[in-house]
Amino acid sequence: MLSLAIVLAACTPNASPGGSGPAGSASPASARATGLTVYSGRSEELVAPLIEQFRNATGIDVQVKYGDTAELAATILEEGDASPADVFFAQDGGALGALAAEGRLTTLPSALLDLVDPRFRSDDGQWVGVSGRARVAVYNTAELEAADMPDSILGFTDPAWKGRLGWAPTNGSFQAFVTALRVLEGEDAARAWLEGVQANEPRVYEGNDPALLAVGAGEIHVAFINHYYLMRKLAEEPDFAAANHFFGAGDPGALVNVAGAGILTTAPHADAAHDFVAFLLTDESQRYFAEETFEYPLVEGIAADPKLVPLDEIDSPDMDLSDLDDLAGTLALLREVGIL
Amino acid sequence: MSTIPLAVKGPVAGQARAASARRAPLALLAVGLVVALLSLLPLAYLAIRAAGADDQALAFVLRPRTIEILVSTVALAALVGSGSVLVGVPVAWLTARARLPGRRFWSILTVVPLAIPSYVTGFAFVAAFGPRGALQDLLAPLGVERLPEIYGLPGAALVLVLATYPYVVLSVRAGFLAEDRSLEDAGRTLGDDRRAVFRRVTLPLLAPAIAAGALLAVLYAISDFGAVSLLQFDSLSRAVYVQYRAAFDRSLAAVLALLLVGLTIAVTWGEARVRARARSYIARAPRRPVEPVDLGRWAWPAVAFLGAVVGLALGVPVVAIAFWLARGIRAGDGIDVLGAAVGETFATGVAAAAVAITLALPVGVLVARHPSVIARLVERSSYVGFALPGVALALALVFLSTNLVPALYQTLALLIAAYGIRYLPQALGGVRAALVRLGTRPEESARTLGDGPAAAFVRATLPAVRPTLLAGAALVFLTVVKELPMALILGPIGFETLATEIWGAASEGFYARAAAPAAILLVLSAATVAVLVRDEASPG
Repeated sequence: MLSLAIVLAACTPNASPGGSGPAGSASPASARATGLTVYSGRSEELVAPLIEQFRNATGIDVQVKYGDTAELAATILEEGDASPADVFFAQDGGALGALAAEGRLTTLPSALLDLVDPRFRSDDGQWVGVSGRARVAVYNTAELEAADMPDSILGFTDPAWKGRLGWAPTNGSFQAFVTALRVLEGEDAARAWLEGVQANEPRVYEGNDPALLAVGAGEIHVAFINHYYLMRKLAEEPDFAAANHFFGAGDPGALVNVAGAGILTTAPHADAAHDFVAFLLTDESQRYFAEETFEYPLVEGIAADPKLVPLDEIDSPDMDLSDLDDLAGTLALLREVGIL
Repeated sequence: MSTIPLAVKGPVAGQARAASARRAPLALLAVGLVVALLSLLPLAYLAIRAAGADDQALAFVLRPRTIEILVSTVALAALVGSGSVLVGVPVAWLTARARLPGRRFWSILTVVPLAIPSYVTGFAFVAAFGPRGALQDLLAPLGVERLPEIYGLPGAALVLVLATYPYVVLSVRAGFLAEDRSLEDAGRTLGDDRRAVFRRVTLPLLAPAIAAGALLAVLYAISDFGAVSLLQFDSLSRAVYVQYRAAFDRSLAAVLALLLVGLTIAVTWGEARVRARARSYIARAPRRPVEPVDLGRWAWPAVAFLGAVVGLALGVPVVAIAFWLARGIRAGDGIDVLGAAVGETFATGVAAAAVAITLALPVGVLVARHPSVIARLVERSSYVGFALPGVALALALVFLSTNLVPALYQTLALLIAAYGIRYLPQALGGVRAALVRLGTRPEESARTLGDGPAAAFVRATLPAVRPTLLAGAALVFLTVVKELPMALILGPIGFETLATEIWGAASEGFYARAAAPAAILLVLSAATVAVLVRDEASPG
């Protein structure tokens, strides 16, 4: 056991101020006396440089726990009032909605909320979108051209698409789209679309990236994903054989969703948490999202990547993202149709 | 099994029975009960959560889709269990018993796949053998339009067999190396040829080792998430993840996890039956090793077989990693210094291995020397955590620690303890087998020389089981360093391992940046395997 103690001592995370010594000598509460704890469902690859800027700008010592958005939401729910998290920075509005529904998020000040178009924040102000992601149908350019794409995403129930489609039904963005479909077109139309696509035997992928790679490889011809996956792929591999198709005319397939942040009701450092959310909405951070992740900045006056269809030209369906809160209904439908 | 020769029931079997009659010391019972309690705590959590689903739960379990998933999972378990045996036993025999060109080399390489996370192997297989994958591209000029389907049960089973057959190799190879030649000689004098001896003597002798290895393979397969999801196969474990990930639904996830626990109990019960039928035959301490076999003209086919296994299980993922690494370097991605992640990965793995063997020794003694209802309960319950999907176990520990011992929450100590207990079965099987094999005679000799019970154990038994303990520790280490969901959810803030680095990059599609930590993980693990194999060859 002695050697165990030595090893334990040796692998204490490198001297974070306040120390989170594994032996429990300092209680977590006292370790949290200063600083800020962010649970980030966005990956370290993307967020770490931003965190560094925040640290330099404010002198606040930020600790970040990275993980899968849904798993972190579940973790916060399990932690209950003991949660050390101040801010939840999520990949999709659904996870923030799940925490808000459990009464775990505070209402944000209007000074922050007003920076962002009401379409991209929660109605009762419990979370705010910081970057936008558009739904697209990505298609293989060797097999298809833009003219081959249907006018509406509803067109993919045509048997002509049999064996050529792919989707990621466990993905939060996909589910948000299905919720939008239910809100816009009604429950029966949503079920009919799911059953119609299901009848075309779509391949099931674990996420947007595998689906995109499958499109590029010609394994499938079309996948329903978010717009920026292709942009990142093209930055790495300019001759990748795929293109984004943006639907128009208020089509449910043209939904623009967000990545966003909320502050926990139990936040030990509410002030610093507020500073952090404000920082995500600064021009500097917004530009970072535009340039590094190819997402749409949501604060007025910051331009998206020139290769993208501008946000205000996407004729996204006229709806309130807060209406996407019935995730449970969507999941019930997906289960009923046998997709989940 | 009716062919088991009676001749091998010797004095040692009787001795084991005598030992079993002895009551377990209270300290051992206490350790055992604590282990059982800690292993079963997550079950209590699952029950609490499942109760939250109230009347929904039964309808959810009985809906056709859930039953379909349960049947699929059983099919996967059966295929991976039998596949790992069909690959693992010949590999073990060739590397332990045959005169083979480069035997040492093969001994190491055939076990290294243990180190590769299943999500890496799964990804590499899709890239290599998927529709329009690398192989399809190669074969296209030859007019091959379509490869056999990789997605679904066949692909998932194949990848998981390749990920788990080393469990069978390690367990069975230890059995081969520990076998006394007198048993096989007896078979020969009864007029059996070599093949008949293998069938009538060797295989029955090895049945417990085969079952122990297959048990780990099956439990790994039913808890795996990475490979099944990449290969688009719906197993129970994936269904549990889907409930958490897509639905934030902890109740229905818990219901599914409880189904998985039921399956685990059935599997361990089956393994215990195999072991019970064969228990006394390996009980033999001093040994004359069996002479290696000359393969003659079969040597090269044997090498080709090993080459094929290693090529698929190790070569495919290594080529995929190398491909991404090269692409990253070409694209000018600097290989970041991963010093901190390497250090924390290594330290966590070592500490968890230390916890596992510290527990495996007393629990092994309890199970091997003092069989009782309680001992059986302790042993079986220790398998529960191993078969639970990582995310279910991790969230159980979040709930339990924040409610019971908040000071421990998000500390490295909790994560390490959780690893030690979750992966205890990997060390326990070997320790138990070694203790049974050794018998109590060496200890009794030490007692007659005046040692007390503890001193006799330390002097006579401990050195003899040391190689097995080290092998168990290495196995736990290999599993911990590639583990992901528990590291992400339970790790202290700022905690980084190679696995979390791989995940962080790959989950955003930066495969090139995921390659460097994957390559380091592979090297670290290969070095561990080399140590493990070296210890294996030097009998204790």
